[in-house]
Amino acid sequence: MKANMTKQVISTSVSVGIATGLYGVSFGAIGAAAGLSVPAVMLLSLLMFSGASQFAFVGVIAAGGAPITAISSAWLLGVRNSFYAIRLSPVIGPRGLWRLLAAQLTIDESNAVSAAQEQPKDQKLGFWLTGVAVFIFWNFATFLGAIGGNLLGSVETWGLDGAAAAAFLGLLWPRLRGSIWLAAAGATVALVAIPFTPAGVPVLLAAAIALLPFGGKK
Amino acid sequence: MISSVIFASIAVYSWKLLGYLIPARYITASRQQLAERITVSLLAALVVLQGFAFQNSIVLDARAASLAVAAALLALRVPYILVVLAGAFTAAGLRALGF
Repeated sequence: MKANMTKQVISTSVSVGIATGLYGVSFGAIGAAAGLSVPAVMLLSLLMFSGASQFAFVGVIAAGGAPITAISSAWLLGVRNSFYAIRLSPVIGPRGLWRLLAAQLTIDESNAVSAAQEQPKDQKLGFWLTGVAVFIFWNFATFLGAIGGNLLGSVETWGLDGAAAAAFLGLLWPRLRGSIWLAAAGATVALVAIPFTPAGVPVLLAAAIALLPFGGKK
Repeated sequence: MISSVIFASIAVYSWKLLGYLIPARYITASRQQLAERITVSLLAALVVLQGFAFQNSIVLDARAASLAVAAALLALRVPYILVVLAGAFTAAGLRALGF
């Protein structure tokens, strides 16, 4: 029974890694289409390694935003990783260097697979396996996408801007339950701010909206 | 651009590391909820920016159709990667048809 559970953790981790990796192709292509060099796109996947933050960074750059707004957007989107880390901290254990590495692998997917396991041992295994699998597939896929995106050339002809819009909607979708009004408010603020503020700033104003006590989960 | 990428990566990593360093007693449910709220409103704004913004104006073009198709597919629980591909296909198709 226990061996079966472990086997199941392994297969879940690898499937999540492959599925996430697939959309790494779209990140690579969109990043290259935003005008970033292949090394810059690769550095985002290797060092930042947090899908939503990476998409936000290239999205703001593609819209003509200043680097500081791109950095702030990516940074603010990363805040949830802190809470994953808090949950994972006792699961990972106290060893120093491993925690530095665990921090880098702390993302939506590794936390989700870990949280879905019952035994502490499987929680730990699920975290590491998923983190490593996603890291490998995500970076490999980013590279393919970035090379492909550079070869493709025009963003509009291939609909890469439409793909990026769909990508953000796909990230938002599973979080909409119970937060639909908050999402509507964030979208409205961005819509109203676009004509009056420099590129990227509407996104930061939307983040500020989240601080107001209304809508969303309790 | 490379230095911005590195700086932004350090900024994102700092959140991840912070979670492993702070004692559990500082974590409150309301702070946890705030993180989720920021994520939701930021992503909603990014959908708008990516779907309807062209420099400093709001435009309705092929990307709006991409979003509509993506929303329909997401409602049908189609896998993420197919949703993204459909977004590209919709915008590219409409433009090829001259819209």
